[in-house]
Amino acid sequence: MNINLTLLMQAVAFFAFILFTAKFVWPPLMRAIETRQKQIADGLAAGEEGRHNLVNAEKRIAEMLSEAKARATEIVAQDEKLKSDAVDRARTDAEAEANRILAAAKSEIEQEVYRAKEALRGQVAELAVAGASRILRREVDAKAHADLLAEIEKQL
Amino acid sequence: MAEEAAHDATSYIQHHLTFHAEPVRESGGFWILHYDTIITSLILGVLAFGFLWLVTRKATTGVPSKTQAFVELAIDFVNGQVRSLFHHDYRVVAPIALTVFVWVLFMNMMDLLPVDIMAWIYQDIFHQHAWRGVSTADVNTTFALSLSVFGLMIFYSIKSKGLGGWIKELLGSPFGIRPLWASPLLIAFNLLFNLIEYISKPLSHSLRLYGNMYAGEIIFLLLGLLASSGVWGAFAGGIVHVGWSIFDGFIAILQAYIFMMLTVVYISMAHEHH
Repeated sequence: MNINLTLLMQAVAFFAFILFTAKFVWPPLMRAIETRQKQIADGLAAGEEGRHNLVNAEKRIAEMLSEAKARATEIVAQDEKLKSDAVDRARTDAEAEANRILAAAKSEIEQEVYRAKEALRGQVAELAVAGASRILRREVDAKAHADLLAEIEKQL
Repeated sequence: MAEEAAHDATSYIQHHLTFHAEPVRESGGFWILHYDTIITSLILGVLAFGFLWLVTRKATTGVPSKTQAFVELAIDFVNGQVRSLFHHDYRVVAPIALTVFVWVLFMNMMDLLPVDIMAWIYQDIFHQHAWRGVSTADVNTTFALSLSVFGLMIFYSIKSKGLGGWIKELLGSPFGIRPLWASPLLIAFNLLFNLIEYISKPLSHSLRLYGNMYAGEIIFLLLGLLASSGVWGAFAGGIVHVGWSIFDGFIAILQAYIFMMLTVVYISMAHEHH
């Protein structure tokens, strides 16, 4: 235990090392540590936010999906209704057309029948006149017996 | 034969415990320098703080290298200890704590180097007959540290309370100065108490470290003696040496830690008002 000048030298060295550490070692390293801590904290916060956003996005996706599904069913229903409407309309149209064609055909047939009857009537009248004239052996004056012929014709 | 062996043992231990002391003045006495203590501690300090400085220069705020992570771990450890103890501006004290811890740790760790190999290196490579490698086993080093801390203690005491406040505390606590008729007596007692406190702090601070490191050194020397006593002695000495090295490494770290913590505590106490 001999105290001597070494003590002073060691104290000087001690202060020199303290100054060195306080000036060149501590602040930059502490700054690096604190900056990194901040970066990590920011990163964690960003991650948390990302997860939050993901949850929100999933919720929105689910909403959109159910909405789309509802809309799709609606569209399908609408489409089916349209289709059945179109079929109905087509059927009624077709029926109307068929009826119309039928009616036209009927009236034509009637007209044809009428025309045939008319022709037949004329021929019958002629035949009747010819028959009568043969019976009477003389010429029937068509003019003189026109009203008679018409009457016969009408009766046929 | 036994006497000769005892003489050998004494001279062996004495040889290992001799400082490389050189007087800087004719008179000697106080004017002596322990070159071994100063040079070893300076080299260790330069190595330790130079290493820290190199790491600092290459420090990145991104992903740190393993070296940087290790240094940051140490710094964060010191910082955490200081913050848990020190409730003032820890930015001043934390670098002091780091310096104390690193430097004392490095000097303590010199104790783990095998004494006789180091003696051979000092003797045959550096031609130093007497050279002690463990700077903290020199009272001059431990007192230099503790008295520096003591100086810082008084400096921060006066800085935070003012000179008047400090003197008032020196004379007025812990007993106070009332009643007035007893104040001279109370002041005397207060001063005595505070002086004892002020003297005991650096004394225990430095002698604790010194005693531990000095004892560790001596035990290594005794184990060296055991190892030189024959084949079985060498065998047993080797085994026990390993055990003691592990334990002494623990002591070296623990003492450095304690020294740092007491430094922080003393400077922290200096800031507190009674």
